[in-house]
Amino acid sequence: MGVSRLALYAVRLPFSALRFSPYLGIYRAQFAVTLASQLQYRVEALIWLFGAILQPLIYLIVWSTVSQTNGGSVGGYSTGAFAAYFVVLMLVNQWTDTWVMYEFESRIREGTFSPKLLRPIHPIHSDVADNVTHKFLTSFILIPVAVLLAVIFHATLRPPLWALAAFVPSLFLAFLLRFVVEWTVALACFWTTRVGAVNQMYAVAVMVLSGQMAPLSLFPPPVQTLATILPFRWMVAFPVDLATGALSPHDALVGCVTQAVWLALGVVLLNVVWRWAVRRYSAVGV
Amino acid sequence: MSNLRLLWVFFRLGALNELAYRANFFVQFIQSSLGLATALIGLAVVFAHTATLGGWRSTELLALVGIYFVVGGSLNVVIKPSMQQLMEDVRLGTLDFTLTKPADAQLLVSVKQVELWELVDVVLGIGVLAVALVQLGAGIGIAEAIGFVLALACGAAIVYSFLLILTTLSFWVVRVTNILVVFQAMYEAGRWPVGIYPTWLRLSLTFIVPVAFAITVPAEALVGRLDLTTLLGAVGLALALLAVSRWFWTIGIRRYSGASA
Repeated sequence: MGVSRLALYAVRLPFSALRFSPYLGIYRAQFAVTLASQLQYRVEALIWLFGAILQPLIYLIVWSTVSQTNGGSVGGYSTGAFAAYFVVLMLVNQWTDTWVMYEFESRIREGTFSPKLLRPIHPIHSDVADNVTHKFLTSFILIPVAVLLAVIFHATLRPPLWALAAFVPSLFLAFLLRFVVEWTVALACFWTTRVGAVNQMYAVAVMVLSGQMAPLSLFPPPVQTLATILPFRWMVAFPVDLATGALSPHDALVGCVTQAVWLALGVVLLNVVWRWAVRRYSAVGV
Repeated sequence: MSNLRLLWVFFRLGALNELAYRANFFVQFIQSSLGLATALIGLAVVFAHTATLGGWRSTELLALVGIYFVVGGSLNVVIKPSMQQLMEDVRLGTLDFTLTKPADAQLLVSVKQVELWELVDVVLGIGVLAVALVQLGAGIGIAEAIGFVLALACGAAIVYSFLLILTTLSFWVVRVTNILVVFQAMYEAGRWPVGIYPTWLRLSLTFIVPVAFAITVPAEALVGRLDLTTLLGAVGLALALLAVSRWFWTIGIRRYSGASA
């Protein structure tokens, strides 16, 4: 019985992989649509990017100043290492960032979500496509800005090659994890339209516990433990630490596995909450 | 005098309007507290690793954070929502109703929209400022107090004029809402003393988006590190910008062509 079922899976698996191919077409179409529309809203994209650059830059300057007034090094970070940390953070934060929580409220309140629910495909896919397109476009500005800032602030960035190689999958996992978590948090809208407080609570947690204010090792141990137990560290700080060469190969491996575990948990949670939420949804008017 | 009465009427009207949405108060209270908590965590982690930041001690920076919340909250209570409303009115042509009223139009558009609950930020900011002042102790003399009030008034006038100039642009370019987003991002840079920033950023924060005058300069006055030249400069800039924004407003309003446009 057990063996035959296993054999059945072995046969089924390639076919279920094939089932993904319609998604490829859908994503390609969605990319084309969002690319066209986002090229229209160039100025808007630039303005959002402005905030994404300024915030890490402010903390870069704050910590460089702290380091300089304390003899060029604080908590194991030299002035150049702080610069490297926040330049990489700027990239990782922008590449993993989502804004679904701020869009969901009007989607539900104004009912624009209804047509998306009628499509024969989960609405998360069009959000992923939107998000990736925006990141692709803004990277043309973000990467030169990062290089420029790294030069201006004398960033010392010499990660080992293996860490750079591990950075790619960890960034990808971080992106997926943050997307799944933030999409789930956004579903709070199905229960209340006053989600401002919920969103901000989440934003503060991300700000502090994902290492955007300071490298996590500069926080007191209880905060570090909290950041490690919760998914926040794995959404931003971990890829940044990896790329700046602050981790050992062992830490890197454990980290990637933790990311994968959180991602799996996140997907399960998303599905449960989603089913529950959709049942509550009722549209009014046009 | 009648202008002051007009201001009061508008403020009361806006307040009554908002009092209907009392649950918003709790949402705003949670949001403001979270914002304050983030700022304080930032200060705590920085000062766990250093005694001074750009020459500022932790209590002095606490006072600066208090001012940041007081000024930011005040802008959010009336100036920013009114400016947002003005942009909307220009776009839709509903500015007609304001222009036909027998009072100064600039005054009317500046106080038209009141978001009462944003006052929570102001109250929290005053609280933080009070704590910082107690910790600073007897360092505040009468000269510092006068300097602080004067610097704060100038800072408010400078930022108000700046926002009015930005909003007046909407008579030419309809989509300027995004400019306020840039202003907000720049305003957040004012949570730290502008002295720590490199020259190019410091100059932008002083003259392009004048948050330095709104936050750092009053804080400097309070902790007694403001020289007379800067204070006089702030007064001069405030008067100049008030005049320029007034002039620009009258030019802009002449371009306005009404609801049929």
